[in-house]
Amino acid sequence: MRVLCLLMYVIALPFPAFAQERDSVAMSSDMGEITVYGRQRDEIVPSQRLGGERLEALRTHSVADALRYFSGVQIKDYGGVGGLKTVDVRSMGTNHMGVFYDGIQLGNAQNGLVDLGRFSMENIEEIALYNGQKAQIFQPARDFGTSGSVYIRTRRPQFEEGKNFNIRAVLRGGSFGMISPVIVWEQKWSRRVSSTVSADYTGADGKYSFRYRRVLPSGTVAWDTTAVRQNGDLRSFRIEGAVFGNTDDGTWNVKVYYYDSNRGIPGAVVNNVWRFAQRQWDRNLFVQGSWIKHVSRRYKFQLSGKYANDWMRYLNPDATTMLMDNRFRQNEAYFSMANNIELLPRWELNVSADYQFNSLNANLANFAYPRRHTLLLAFATQYQLGRFRAMASVLGTNVWDKTMVAQVNGRDALSRWTPAVYVSYNPIKDNTDLSLRFFYKKIFRLPTFNDLYYTEVGSINLKPENTQQLDVGLIYQHDWRRGVFRHLEFKADGYYNKVDNKIIAVPKGSGQYRWMMMNVGKVRILGVETTAQTVMRWRRDWSLVLCANYTYQSAQDRTDASDNDPYYGTYGGQIAYIPWHSGSATGNLRWRQLGLNYAFVYVGERYHSSSNIRENYEQPWYTHDLSVSYTLYGKRGVRAMKWFRSMMFTLECNNVFDQQYDVVPNYPMPGRNWKGVIRVEL
Amino acid sequence: MRRSWVCAVLCAGMLLAVSCRQDVIVWPSESEKAGEAVSGPIAGFYLLNEGNMGSNKCTLDFYDYASATYTRNVYGNANPDVVKELGDVGNDLQVYGSRLWAVINCSNKVEVMDAGTARRLGQIEIPNCRYLAFDGPYAYVTSYAGPVQIDDNYKQRGYVARIDTATLQVVDTCLVGYQPDGIAILDGYAYIANSGGYMVNNYERTVSVVDLATMSEVRRIPVAVNLHLAVADRFGQLWVSSRGDYYDAPASLYWIDRPGSLAAVNELRSPAGNHVAASAMALCGDSLYIVGSEFSYVTYETVMTFGIVNVRTHELVCQNFITDGTDSKIRKPYSVAVNPDNGQIMVADARDYVNPGRLYCFSPDGVRLWDVRTGDIPAHFAFVRRR
Repeated sequence: MRVLCLLMYVIALPFPAFAQERDSVAMSSDMGEITVYGRQRDEIVPSQRLGGERLEALRTHSVADALRYFSGVQIKDYGGVGGLKTVDVRSMGTNHMGVFYDGIQLGNAQNGLVDLGRFSMENIEEIALYNGQKAQIFQPARDFGTSGSVYIRTRRPQFEEGKNFNIRAVLRGGSFGMISPVIVWEQKWSRRVSSTVSADYTGADGKYSFRYRRVLPSGTVAWDTTAVRQNGDLRSFRIEGAVFGNTDDGTWNVKVYYYDSNRGIPGAVVNNVWRFAQRQWDRNLFVQGSWIKHVSRRYKFQLSGKYANDWMRYLNPDATTMLMDNRFRQNEAYFSMANNIELLPRWELNVSADYQFNSLNANLANFAYPRRHTLLLAFATQYQLGRFRAMASVLGTNVWDKTMVAQVNGRDALSRWTPAVYVSYNPIKDNTDLSLRFFYKKIFRLPTFNDLYYTEVGSINLKPENTQQLDVGLIYQHDWRRGVFRHLEFKADGYYNKVDNKIIAVPKGSGQYRWMMMNVGKVRILGVETTAQTVMRWRRDWSLVLCANYTYQSAQDRTDASDNDPYYGTYGGQIAYIPWHSGSATGNLRWRQLGLNYAFVYVGERYHSSSNIRENYEQPWYTHDLSVSYTLYGKRGVRAMKWFRSMMFTLECNNVFDQQYDVVPNYPMPGRNWKGVIRVEL
Repeated sequence: MRRSWVCAVLCAGMLLAVSCRQDVIVWPSESEKAGEAVSGPIAGFYLLNEGNMGSNKCTLDFYDYASATYTRNVYGNANPDVVKELGDVGNDLQVYGSRLWAVINCSNKVEVMDAGTARRLGQIEIPNCRYLAFDGPYAYVTSYAGPVQIDDNYKQRGYVARIDTATLQVVDTCLVGYQPDGIAILDGYAYIANSGGYMVNNYERTVSVVDLATMSEVRRIPVAVNLHLAVADRFGQLWVSSRGDYYDAPASLYWIDRPGSLAAVNELRSPAGNHVAASAMALCGDSLYIVGSEFSYVTYETVMTFGIVNVRTHELVCQNFITDGTDSKIRKPYSVAVNPDNGQIMVADARDYVNPGRLYCFSPDGVRLWDVRTGDIPAHFAFVRRR
């Protein structure tokens, strides 16, 4: 039975839990949405998930924007359509995040950053955030290897009775001169095999006006300036294809992804500098696949593999600064096997082994051409005893670096074991509404190729950056079949994280700006996260989904004990860009075919360096976004309406109150902006 | 109802925790007492904080000897109406006559202020401007941003701009080497230390000699890789520092005898025969004060220098002018200045570049008198005489 449950999870969950009737009204899709908030019974510690109606309401945003609605997440946003956005979970640092796309990690051995703008929300079914790791055991070893992970799951095709294709066409457009057509074609080839192909193009000039204003202490305006953000243009093209198959005893899928972009890099707006010329080109290709087979009732395995080829060109054509034309090429090959054995009816064991190869080439002087071999071995076990469930895993990491030049040695080989323990307990007998949870995880991130080998800056003696996480939390949730309240959920977590050997750029050498990477940083993070969510439904055709979360974080810099002045010292200061208070609230109201969505994001006051002085202070910022959508369902009998299944019109207004703010100083964010979307499904 | 109670508590909690945006006030200046009041012909000094690149946090501080007060961010106070403040990455600062000149590298401008009030008088647009020197009615500013040569390797000539100090206009330019930095003027010639800092592995090695009468480059003096600062002394010698190439060639210091004619280049070594690294230099009488730090890949430690060179005898006469042990607190010695009136030594500590730096004032015999917090990356000093 247990195997069947897991099988159901692995196979069924990727599909939306509802089937939409062609002539039905909006209610039918509403009914299904609740499953999104339902329990993932095979996860010992539940994740934060965004899917269904809430995700639908965020379709026009990027993946990074959607992540703002998770608690504990901080986004560093440089503004604009193609602007860099980095994600930091629980203040441990961007490089500690793993991003998994359909189950396989997206890598960037060069700098550890994954560009979340590369993925189309149109093609995504669910985004889930896990602190520590996904708390289930049947997974590749690499899934045990990050401090926090985001799983992006693309839409799997599913077909109505008697239909063997779906076509979805979407046109988006709006502020920033943005236009973006998307097309998705899903085809059912046989009872067991289906495929999906999606392609999109995004073009935007990226221009928006921004305003900086300063007042004198008396309140009179000192200066007030409005300008247009330049060089934020983006042209990108993405095409993605996947084939999914079922067999009697398992599933398989193969996926190909290609992304090509050309963008301007809007620089820091500083005194006397308003124009920029830097550009970046990216070409990313990957092929990945996985196969799960249930060999017997007690044994199953999963094979996965991936090849990725990433090319990047950075050009600074501005002759007033250093001209640069750098090209980088990365290769990654990855293969994994996970084996799951049921030892006893409630006791499972998993053994996973992964091998990964990374290389980086660049046209830089004195470049080291690093190659890295990683071998991962994970043992994990899961046991259920009454109302207790526990999972323990241990990950062995072996890394060898080599360089292609004689002058630079590769980093010394590394071999290390790191543990994780997850426990959950249901205190009420025969009731799973209330659940307590606990986890501890120790893991590290390897220095990136840039940290180790970047000409002049890198240092091959870097040690891995360690994190330790301790989390205690509870979750209460209840579903009702009748009444106004259909679902209520409340989550609270307290955590304490330690980051040691944090890799920081420190001054080096004689005079001038010379930096080098060193393992000097120490951070201690104490935090509380709370989430409340409810689904309401009344008078048959009204529904409302409300969600709010609040995060408190004290992230103290403990690097230099001698720098301990109570006012300006960095020791004990809140680290850069981490607010003490942050939160978000979303509401999705539906009445028949009409939907109204509201989203609020708040990021409290913070400092842009650990010296928490007035000069480094950053104001809080908060935005209100509103959108209205109307869905028209096709009708068989009506001639004009029989060619489509549904048609949806959305109008969106973001930053309704036109707040002028910076997330990163001197990188102004857009004020009020508009977007319109038309989505047709055939 | 229990659920609405939970909701209400949560909402109330959020509202209590949050605060709202307010108008942003122009950075006011801040003053604090530092040391004892000193009278003399020097009224005080300005300190230009570079600010990390892209942060737009270049600020100007002032120390007033008469009241013994250190004031941070005097520019913001004197010029609250300047959009986006002083700018991004200050690179040089000098007083000439009654005016204060600041070279703001990444804001591509030279800012001219009144030396008494720091009130802005005007600006001169010079892309990627670096260092400054004066001669008669002209100011000379080095810039990296000359014409680019189409070549397999990156090559961009630098130039020296001649600025009329009366009109604040660039009146002439002269091409020099690649990425020119420090500039010193001796007997009608400008000597420019070319770095080639954008050409890793192909650093420049020369000092350009520019005849100011014709505004043309007349000669190159080969010295060492990646030159940085240039200082002229009263014996007609030119002191030039090299940053080294960060691999094999260490940072080092040279003097050029009679650079106008003979141009004999000599390296200054410590009594033990070691190279001398100079991140900053300040000449006072016959003493050239140098501070420096050099990272060694052998020991993985940074070695700091606080030295005094006798420019007459060409000897490193003192290897650590800090005598009370304060040097152990200094993390990144970045600049040095000496009060020509009372011989007090200022040492600026840039610490970690992204947090406030620190200024230490030492008596002439190397005992700490006072220290104070500065802006980010305190780097360039200019003394102001009493009027």
